[in-house]
Amino acid sequence: MRLDIILRVIAKLLIPFALVFALYVQFHGDFGPGGGFQAGVIVAASVIFYALIYGLPAARRVVPDALVEILLAVGVLIYAGVGVIGLLLGGNYLDYFVLAGDPVHGQHRGILWVELGVLITVAAVMLKVFYVFAGRRRDAGEGGE
Amino acid sequence: MGTGSRSVIILEELTAVVLLTLMGAAAIGIARQRNLFGVVMLGGIYSFLMATVLVVLDAVDVAMTEAAVGAGISTVLLLGAIHLTGGTESKPIHRPWLPLFVVAVTGAMLVYGTLGLPAFSDPKAPIHQHVAPRYLTEGPEKTGVPNVVTAVLASYRSFDTLGETFVVFTAGIGVIALLRRRTPRRPREHDQEDRKS
Repeated sequence: MRLDIILRVIAKLLIPFALVFALYVQFHGDFGPGGGFQAGVIVAASVIFYALIYGLPAARRVVPDALVEILLAVGVLIYAGVGVIGLLLGGNYLDYFVLAGDPVHGQHRGILWVELGVLITVAAVMLKVFYVFAGRRRDAGEGGE
Repeated sequence: MGTGSRSVIILEELTAVVLLTLMGAAAIGIARQRNLFGVVMLGGIYSFLMATVLVVLDAVDVAMTEAAVGAGISTVLLLGAIHLTGGTESKPIHRPWLPLFVVAVTGAMLVYGTLGLPAFSDPKAPIHQHVAPRYLTEGPEKTGVPNVVTAVLASYRSFDTLGETFVVFTAGIGVIALLRRRTPRRPREHDQEDRKS
């Protein structure tokens, strides 16, 4: 158990950079490659990395199951909500032009929120799938083998 | 300039051919391997090679997704599944000739189908004539987003992306519904309850 100190130290060093990179991919997606889906996967991957090195219970303390399940729905709601706001402001569903006084600015704002919704849902789903897979014990297989 | 760009194209094609050959080797390795740990590792390698091919094809957004999902998270999930089910593939009961025949015929038909397609990256191909020019010329100024992939994904094709987000959401809900335990109980108790039902 003591031998994994290198892994632990390296993980501690790398995870903040992975998270910052996810934010970069998210917010720089307008200018370079990237966007909500990629950033969400990177966020989920860094938490999974943490769980692999420090154990699942530790990861569940940092990002609790209940939070992940709420975020799962919050992302979709943000995305769909942007569409509803467009309707309320007198445009079509998911019409970004009405979101701000200047149409181009409205597009920018719409894309930003929509990508945020994608990020949250994708990260939460990936993490949740990992949690439920990794959280299962081998009890069912033990009897059969 | 002319010879320079031609040598770049040749280099790109060479890289793509080498990568595709390696992918073929990985696929054969996956088919022959009986140890599932090896299969998962080869699958990860296959995904990384695919991501590199996509970089060569200038589809960096897709390459990023492939590297993160295909090589990263899928590999971890499959390792988790192996941990739950056991590490070796059982011997097939049937002989592989009929499936092999079906796969070969389908593959041959698909290859035959590609003969009717326009040449790769031909600018006169119908798909590049429809809405793509409008996206490329209007996209940056109308949406204010220089990355045309983001502009198409989040603005022009926003309904599609909303649908995709719902698909991801539904997949997550499905996995939760199938695999989640209702209350965290002691494993003993849980076992017995399983046996009763």
